[in-house]
Amino acid sequence: MAEVKPAARPLSPHLQIYRWSWTMAMSVAHRVTGTGLYLGTVLIAAWLVAAASGPAAFDTAQWIAGSILGRLVLFLYSFSLMHHMVGGLRHFVWDMGKGYEPQTRMAMAKFTLVISTALTVLIWIVVLATR
Amino acid sequence: MQSNSSMRTPLGRVRGLGSAKSGTGHFWLQRLTAVANVILTVIFVFVVVALVGKPYPAAMALLTQPCVAILMLLFILSACVHMRIGMQVIIEDYVHEEGVKILAVMANTFFAIAVGAASVYAVLKLSFGG
Repeated sequence: MAEVKPAARPLSPHLQIYRWSWTMAMSVAHRVTGTGLYLGTVLIAAWLVAAASGPAAFDTAQWIAGSILGRLVLFLYSFSLMHHMVGGLRHFVWDMGKGYEPQTRMAMAKFTLVISTALTVLIWIVVLATR
Repeated sequence: MQSNSSMRTPLGRVRGLGSAKSGTGHFWLQRLTAVANVILTVIFVFVVVALVGKPYPAAMALLTQPCVAILMLLFILSACVHMRIGMQVIIEDYVHEEGVKILAVMANTFFAIAVGAASVYAVLKLSFGG
């Protein structure tokens, strides 16, 4: 039998090959926001542990959270949370076997961005109004 | 009836666990925790927004309300299970070297448990009297 060598065939094309579309962007965003939330849980845990450590540690944590950098991280975290949540609702629709038509997919992808942005802005309006 | 023309053994097909050896367990748990997370995330956001600008005693008074503390614990547990499975999927998608993959999946589990344990400890400590 002839020697069988694995040919150096091209693998399936990756991100840079495709033209960006709304559905692709929101799919990538779902992963990115999920990863962001994953890393962000360290901050939530640290904040809770600071609270459990006493007033001094809590005040330090609050000061960090209220700083420019802290607020930027919190803003990104809140947006990631809303985006991942709304993106997840989209997955529930697909899990039920609905929403696979091209127009519906595109509409849901845009809807994800609009609603998650609106929810994030709403949260921050309430935060800034009540502090 | 389907003939056994595939590579899968009849036993393997009956077990229905696929190449991951655990069937749809992760898939279903990811959906289950996702449903819980939608509800618990909304509550979590309300709690955090209510805590903004509060001094320590007032913030702790809210955080240690039994209902609030229990919901925080549920949010932590559900989120940690969900994020562990989600990150495992990402690792399995992008890390192809078997040894590194196993270590990464293991580290991922350690991370989720450590974050969950620290958060649960903090909420319980506060609730049971600081």
